[in-house]
Parts: sequence; structure tokens; C-alpha cells
Amino acid sequence: MDILFIGVGGQGVLFASELMARAAMINGLDVKKSEVHGMAQRGGSVVSGVRFGQKVYSPTIETANVICSLELIETLRIINYLKPGGKVFVNNQRIIPMTAFIGDVPYPDDPVQMAKEFSNNIALVNALDIAKDSGNPRIINVVMLGAASTVIDFSEKIWQEAIESIGKFVEINKKAFFAGRRLVKEI
Amino acid sequence: MQKLLSGNEAIARGAYEYGVHFAIAYPGTPSTEILENIARYKEIKAEWSINEKVAYESAWGASLTGARVLTAMKHVGLNVAADPFMTSAYTGINGGFVLVSADDPGMWSSQNEQDNRNYAKFAKVPMLEPSDSQEAKDFVGEALHISEEFDIPVLLRISTRISHSKGIVKTGERKELPIKGYEKNMKKYVILPVNARVRRVDLKRRIERLRKFSDKFEYTKFEWGKQDIGIITAGTSYQYAKEALPEASFLKISMTYPLPEEKIKEFASKVKRLIVVEELDPFMEEQIKVMGIRVEGKNLIPEIGELSTKIVRESLSKTENRKLITNNRVDIPKRPPVLCPGCPHRAVFYILHKLKVPVTGDIGCYTLGAIPPLNAIDTCLCMGASISGASGLSKMAKDKKIVGVIGDSTFIHSGITGLIDCVYNKRDVTICILDNRITAMTGHQVNPGTGVTLNGEQTHTLDIEALCRTIGVSHTRVVDALDIKEIRRAFKEELEFKGVSVIIARGYCIVYERKYIKSPFKVVPEKCNGCGACFDLGCPAIEKHDKKAVINEVLCVGCGLCLQVCKFDAFE
Repeated sequence: MDILFIGVGGQGVLFASELMARAAMINGLDVKKSEVHGMAQRGGSVVSGVRFGQKVYSPTIETANVICSLELIETLRIINYLKPGGKVFVNNQRIIPMTAFIGDVPYPDDPVQMAKEFSNNIALVNALDIAKDSGNPRIINVVMLGAASTVIDFSEKIWQEAIESIGKFVEINKKAFFAGRRLVKEI
Repeated sequence: MQKLLSGNEAIARGAYEYGVHFAIAYPGTPSTEILENIARYKEIKAEWSINEKVAYESAWGASLTGARVLTAMKHVGLNVAADPFMTSAYTGINGGFVLVSADDPGMWSSQNEQDNRNYAKFAKVPMLEPSDSQEAKDFVGEALHISEEFDIPVLLRISTRISHSKGIVKTGERKELPIKGYEKNMKKYVILPVNARVRRVDLKRRIERLRKFSDKFEYTKFEWGKQDIGIITAGTSYQYAKEALPEASFLKISMTYPLPEEKIKEFASKVKRLIVVEELDPFMEEQIKVMGIRVEGKNLIPEIGELSTKIVRESLSKTENRKLITNNRVDIPKRPPVLCPGCPHRAVFYILHKLKVPVTGDIGCYTLGAIPPLNAIDTCLCMGASISGASGLSKMAKDKKIVGVIGDSTFIHSGITGLIDCVYNKRDVTICILDNRITAMTGHQVNPGTGVTLNGEQTHTLDIEALCRTIGVSHTRVVDALDIKEIRRAFKEELEFKGVSVIIARGYCIVYERKYIKSPFKVVPEKCNGCGACFDLGCPAIEKHDKKAVINEVLCVGCGLCLQVCKFDAFE
């Protein structure tokens, strides 16, 4: 199983992929997670991939079963990595890059429609609303992981343990995770 | 116990478990987290150094006491430390010495993608290459053992993918070892020509013994599959090749210098087609060819950039399977890294852009001053080259005054010597030291200007202003990095001045010193006439909606630069 996380520097992409990787490890699977630091951050796009299964060799992802995107147009940057039949979870939030104001390419009006040209398996999640309800607008990353968890065959106990293993902000993260998970189940 | 660790965390864990006593480094992506994680183990004395050369020499000195030592640096950092590195192969060590070189294939966060495996061969130093986090930890122990057994530093060569990928690692406890103690040994440690010639022969002897050892190194192993294709590989390339060709036979090499010649010959004799899968240079391939073995490699595998399973698969298969990833490019705005809202470097670049003066840049967050809309930097070569580069430029471009910009940490790393040279050779340059009191780009490491050590202890705070004056820059002044008027005046005056001048633009990195964050500004829509002056600041918190400026309140930290550039008082 290969999962790609994408978002904007500061949105918590790496924390979401960390929870994912820990859950896989707790579930007794081999797991590898890749990320890139340094120049790739500073408000730029951040991508992190998690792969798990009986045995994982390469830490980088060729094609993804699941894409979990924390920002609308970031989805479009990696949607061509989606396996046929793969699932996309998109946080319904716009963060407009400066290049859209000073460059030739404006921020698209309907990024979701553009994504639909690649896949008809897209779940749009209003993660910001759920994060606010959970008590912290910054934890959209955990809400989105909760949403994506609906297509990953781990028990709720495994997810709880992964969240607990972080040791901080456990209750608020649990709240956000399961709110995201419930929301997608209801859709 | 099992833990999910990055390669960098695993190396730190290895340093802990295998009894490293002293670790020292200068930050550099992708190696930085090694020292940060080592610092969490109280048993190891861990320090940030001011550059890689000093770190290396310090580690060497500590090794002479018999202590186990580790120093880590990014690939280009080893260029800085190359001088002591090369000769330390001659002198040898006392306590085990591990040098971690973190290369950056694909240049995720670097100015080049030099293949530092060449350094092992160049210096005649043994090299280990882990292929995942578990091996990254284990190989610290192996490297220390080899170092002590063969009286030589060991290069532990990793790459961005090892540093920043996480995998499952079995952890153990620390084995505490006594420090043997320092003993004077003039013939070994004083590298006068008379001693160097003896040590040179001894180095040859040591490397020949290591050649035999490489064939016995237990982490180098055969993995037999179908024998029509045999893959020789190492490091992260092993993972890609294993996934791309699960049925092939493999010789997975873990000690890549010296190469295990007997094992390679045996493997070559048992497979029909022999292919080396390695990232960057044909390092192993060329040496295998010198052994007289027919082998393929860079005729198939790209020598530029990072490898991946896909690249290896497509390079090795005739039927290219490019269908999986369609090349549909969607037209969306790019999201490159940018100077953060409230960054204390922004105002300097804003002014330099307006002044249209040639600017030599350096390595750090502030290299981002080169991209639109600031467009303020003309050059960036390596650590310290802003000052020395400006020096040479000013010498030969006679009618032009040159400005060099350099961060505080980079100035301390390798800018000071260049500045002394500018004064000595009577150059006509203005150097701007962007003093944000921290090494920011690599993730906020303290430095002598911060006045705090890696362990959080207070130490002497380097007075950059006094230093500049002492080395002969009488025109040294400090400006507030968030005061555009003051910065403009300073540059105008110093550009008029003939000689060397220094402007220290001081302001805290707002991402690090969050206590300086103020409440966000707002745009009064009636006052904004959409002139666009504030967009020249390149602040991510200023958005454009229907030609007018709008502040993104989530991003704005209230630095007030927009207030200063707006002629219509539209910000409040």
C-alpha cells in the first residue's frame, strides 16, 4: 500500500505521514516513509510518501493507492501518480501561492474539476471546519489522515495507539482524526 | 525494541549504542538531524562547530585521546574539510573515527550533486554505504570497529534518501567503552615530510589489508535469483533495483571502498549479464572494469539525478512501461520556497533590487532573494563566496561598486577570511551581513552569534560588529533589518564610500523567535488603489484580489514592511 501526502510547508504534511507510518508499524507491517527537508520547505510544496506491506524496499513511491492532499491545487501536482482505481482525499482549502499573483498562471477557479479529469474517485473534505470544531484550526492534517484512514484496513485501536505514541496533544488529535474518519464514512 | 527512525536518527542511535564519546558538525541539509539527535543522548558530548574543517579537526583531536568520535556533514561540507580529511588517512586515529558524508543526488537542497564516494578512493579511506535506517545504525558500529582495527577514519556515505527516509530499526543498549588516553606519537601525528613518507607507505599497507577485509565484510552479500541477470549495487540503489528486478541475482555491496574484488569476480563468473546499478558516478563500474570484468552500468542507468524504482526498471527493460505515470502536465501556479512573512532579509533585498547594484549572494535562506519579485542576487557559488566573489568582481569591474550579502552563520563559517582579504587588498565593496542570530535554512541551529551552545549552555556571543572593526573595516554599521528607510540610507551612503564597508542588517528570524510576532495588519480597501508597490516585497502574506492588496491574516506576522512601502497608507 502506497500513500502520498502533499500540502504546503507549515500545514503538517510530515506529521500526517508520521502517524500513518507509525500505525503501519504498530500493525506489524514493514514500513518506509520518505520526505525531503531544507530548501523544499519555506512555504513550498511538501510531499511525503508512506509505503507499507510485508516487505518494503524503496522508500519512494512509484504509483499511489491513496493521495491525501491538504490543499486544493497541490492535489494536481501529484495526481498523475494515482494508480488506476486509487482514491484521492482533498482538503477543500485554497492557499494561493505568490506566483499566482505575479506570474502568468493564475490560481484555477475549479481545481476539483481539473482533478476529476484524472480520477472520479475524489472525496472533498472540509477539514478546516472539522479542525476548528476539534479545537485547533491547524490540525487539518490529522483530520485528513482520519478521512484517508477509511480506505486503510487498520482497526481503530491501531490508529489510537499511533496517535498515543506521539505523546503530545493526544486527545485533540484523536478527536480530529475520528471526526475526519466519521465524516468520510457518512459521505 | 523497534523504532521508526530516519537514517539520520538511526546514525545518532548508532553513535549512542556503539559508545561514541564526542560528536561535532556544522549543519547542512541533509545531514543536520544527525547531530541534533545525538545531542539528545547525554552520554555523548555533542557540539555545533563553526564549519566542517574545524569540526573535522576537532573530531580528529578528540580521537587522539582514544575517544570514539563522529563528525557529520553534507557532501559539499567535505570539500571544506577535505584538507584535514586527506591527511588524516596518513596519520590515522586512536579512538574510532566515523565521518558521515550526506550526499544530495537530485540537489533537493544543494548547489551540486557531487558523488562523495570519490573522496574515499581519493583519500584511500574505507567507505560503508547503508541502504536503509537499520543499516545506517548498524554501520556506525561497523565503521568504528574498522576504524580502530585499521587505524584509519571511515567514511559512512549516505544520501538524502537515507537521511530523510524512515524505516523500522531494532534498537539496543549503549556499550560504554573506556577512553584509552592520549599518548604523544610524533612519528604518527606530526606529518612532516619525513614522517609523511613513512605514513604514505603504511597507508598503502592498511588499504591492502582493507581490500581483503572488504571480501569478508558480512554485510556484503550474495542474493541468488535467476542467473541471467546479475546486479551489483549498494546503498539506496539496492532498494530500487531489488524492487525493479525481484527475480535477478544480487551482489549487495556494503563496503564500497575498497571493493570486494574476490566476491565480485565470483559473482561475475556465475551470471550471464552483469550490471552495476549505482546513483551518480560510475564509481563501482569503473573499478570493476579495471578488474578486467565485462560489466554494464552507465550505458543504461542515468548518471545525473536521483534514481528510483521506475528509472531503474525502465533503464533495464527494453519494453518501457511509461503508461503507469502519464505525463499530463496541469497548468497550475508553482509553489517554490519563499522568504517567510516577517523575514528579516526581505527589506535588504527590496532595497538592493531598487538600487540596481550587482549583488553577490551566498548559501542560506537568503539565496531566495534571487527569485522574483525581489530578483536581487546575481551570484551564488558556495559558502563564503559572496565576499570573496564580490572582491574579485570589484577588482576587475572597475566602475562598479559591488555588494556582497551573507548570513551571520555563513559569515562565521567562511566569510571572515574573505573580508580580511578585502581589507588587505584595498577592495571597493560593501558587504551586508544578514544577521538573524541563527542558522536558519537548516532548521534553526545556534551559532557563535547566538551565544548558546548545542546543549543550550550560555557561551560567549560573537560581536560581529567589533570583529569587522578589528579586522580593519572602519565603515561598519548596524541597521534594523525591518527599517526600510534606514537600510536605504545605509546602502546609499556606503555605496558612495570608496573602500570596504560592512552593513550588519540585524533582525530575528521570526520563525525561530516567535515572541516577536505582532498582530497582523489589514488593508483598508478604500485606500488601496492597486498600485502594486507592496507586491515588490514578495511577501506571501500579501495577496492580490481584484488588483488590490489583501493581507492573509493567518500568514501575516506584523513586521510592518508593507506599511513602509505603501504611499497611500492603505495598511493599518
